Amino acid sequence: MDLKKLFEPKTMAVIGVSLTNDRHPANVIFNKNHLRYPVRVYPVNPQGGELQGERVYKRVGDIPDPVDMAVIAVRAEHVPGVMSECIQAGMGGATIISGGFEESGRKDLQDRLIALAKESDFPFVGPNCLGIFSPDHVDTFFIPNERIVRPQRGDVAMVSQSGGILVDQMVKFAGEGVGMSLALSIGNKALVRELDLLAYLVDDLKTRVIAFYIEGFGKNEGREFVLAASRSSKPVIVMKAGKSPGGSKAVSSHTASLGGDYKVFSEILAQYGVVEAKNESELVAFCESLSCYQQGIEGRIGIISGSGGHGAMAVDVCSGHGLLIRTLPEGVQKEMRQSVSPSIRDIASFENPIDLTGSAVDDDFVHAATILSRAPEVDCVLLLLLPYLPGCTMDLGARLSHVCRREGKPMVAYVPHVEKYRMLIEGFELNDVPVSPSIEGAVLMAEAMRRCHPC
Amino acid sequence: MLNQKITDILSASREVGWVMEPEAKRLLALSGLRVPSFGWVKERGEAVRMAHEIGYPVVAKVVSPKILHKSEWEGVAVGLNRDEALLETFERFSRYDGFAGMLVEEMVSGLELIVGAKVDYQFGPVILLGIGGTGVEIYKDSALRMAPLQERDVRSMVRNLKAHALLEGYRGAEPINLEDLTHTMLTFSQLVIDLQDHIESVDLNPVKCNPEKCIIADARIMLMKSA
Repeated sequence: MDLKKLFEPKTMAVIGVSLTNDRHPANVIFNKNHLRYPVRVYPVNPQGGELQGERVYKRVGDIPDPVDMAVIAVRAEHVPGVMSECIQAGMGGATIISGGFEESGRKDLQDRLIALAKESDFPFVGPNCLGIFSPDHVDTFFIPNERIVRPQRGDVAMVSQSGGILVDQMVKFAGEGVGMSLALSIGNKALVRELDLLAYLVDDLKTRVIAFYIEGFGKNEGREFVLAASRSSKPVIVMKAGKSPGGSKAVSSHTASLGGDYKVFSEILAQYGVVEAKNESELVAFCESLSCYQQGIEGRIGIISGSGGHGAMAVDVCSGHGLLIRTLPEGVQKEMRQSVSPSIRDIASFENPIDLTGSAVDDDFVHAATILSRAPEVDCVLLLLLPYLPGCTMDLGARLSHVCRREGKPMVAYVPHVEKYRMLIEGFELNDVPVSPSIEGAVLMAEAMRRCHPC
Repeated sequence: MLNQKITDILSASREVGWVMEPEAKRLLALSGLRVPSFGWVKERGEAVRMAHEIGYPVVAKVVSPKILHKSEWEGVAVGLNRDEALLETFERFSRYDGFAGMLVEEMVSGLELIVGAKVDYQFGPVILLGIGGTGVEIYKDSALRMAPLQERDVRSMVRNLKAHALLEGYRGAEPINLEDLTHTMLTFSQLVIDLQDHIESVDLNPVKCNPEKCIIADARIMLMKSA
């Protein structure tokens, strides 16, 4: 199945535009792509005419150029006919926005689409979906430009059974500075399904982390999915709905999918090192962390802070996740004590969590982080940085991220997110060290790597 | 691959919908799994002979296609140590609906675990390990993995039980034979793979594990409902 033309089309037909209603989904899609993305857009409506000065084609066959992708937004009963025309015209694939298929009892109609597509090796996304947001290429979401929040371009790809969840997640990604390489709403996933997309994204050079929102798999599809994901060199994150029996019921009426037995789902993901995100905040933290670090860890955390209270709070959160905070060996403690400023040697604590106290300066953090990064007892460094310490400067983020790069040990950080600390935060983030605005979030970033580790 | 004898047991049980305990145990034994010495007896004299052959004390269980959960029907008698008690139990069981004989079985002791399997719609055959016995639904302490299991899966399943210390030796108690548990689970996992087109679920509960070995003390195999 060649999906490239769907995700990076050069030409696109929007089928079902209205000549009278500019809020029609097809019109929204036409408007947001026409002259705004580097894709040539052809509107189609059987009545012909003009839309924003562009010729509206009466039939798909009238379009003079080869078309990579058709966006189909006509009534369900007309979709099979339109799709046949697209196949006839030699298009590369389709995104079917229209609803009214399996989710509303018309499995027969959906089965006709599948049969047509398989016969001609014609890939399509949907039906009943928002489709594709491919930064710098195309955007088929029928959400007006002024309403959508787009994360910056980045390396997280997300595939979602629910369009709503996807759009909402994009808002959260944007808020946390998580960049995306692709966002896909697959709706009823009649033909193009998670397995196809996993295969595509594993090979996609722009993507480093692959995230899914899944309500349920088909027969034995879960098995194939975890086996494929465990072979992937990129971290695979899955958020699942339908965890409780009540939730499962809600799912079966949503995109006509069956919720599976959650315990089976969750434990098998862990068995194969597929990262389960249990909720939206985990998903954001995991994507942010795993786009920096693709390898799993066992979860032996070393904590550095300038405040005893922060260290203690972080220990509690770590313990709740089963992450280990072990006391450092005497030798490491001694070396660290020698490395810091004489003024804090006797008041700082080096056992783990390491509390450098409010009198610490940048160099103390850099030396302690370097020694901690070299200790084999620890496989991830958690920094709790309080920018209001008088001895700390805004350079600290960049300096500590250089320690991370040099020593090759994963590092995650908590820094309060206030505008005036932006340079400190960017010192980390622009150097690929993830930063969270909460202690809980920073611990989740370490937890993400632990969940990558097959259990 | 399934041998002929196993296939025969499955076909003979199809009508009932599940494999009754004596046949389930024969199937497990044929697959290289350890079950207690047992005999399926249909009349009194046979019961006494079997008990003597096994040696008192013995366990007696009712065999009936109508009784899926024996203990809920008081269909299990443990610690029978003389002929009179055995025959009394036989009399009692013979009045049960669908009575098809009695299982006379060696008494075994050990920590009660559950080893189970189900053929999951999304993931195919999966294997479960948990704290077993009649309290299995109360403790709900279990771990699940996709079959076929590897040795490392069994180790991680044990580690993931809340009560893992009970298996590893708690307060001076000797640990159970984890190597034999691993062997049991790997053999079982292979059997489940072979049986996946025939079964819906399997409960081995309890599997009694002691420092020497693990023995499957009860087994129920639910067959797939034919289309």
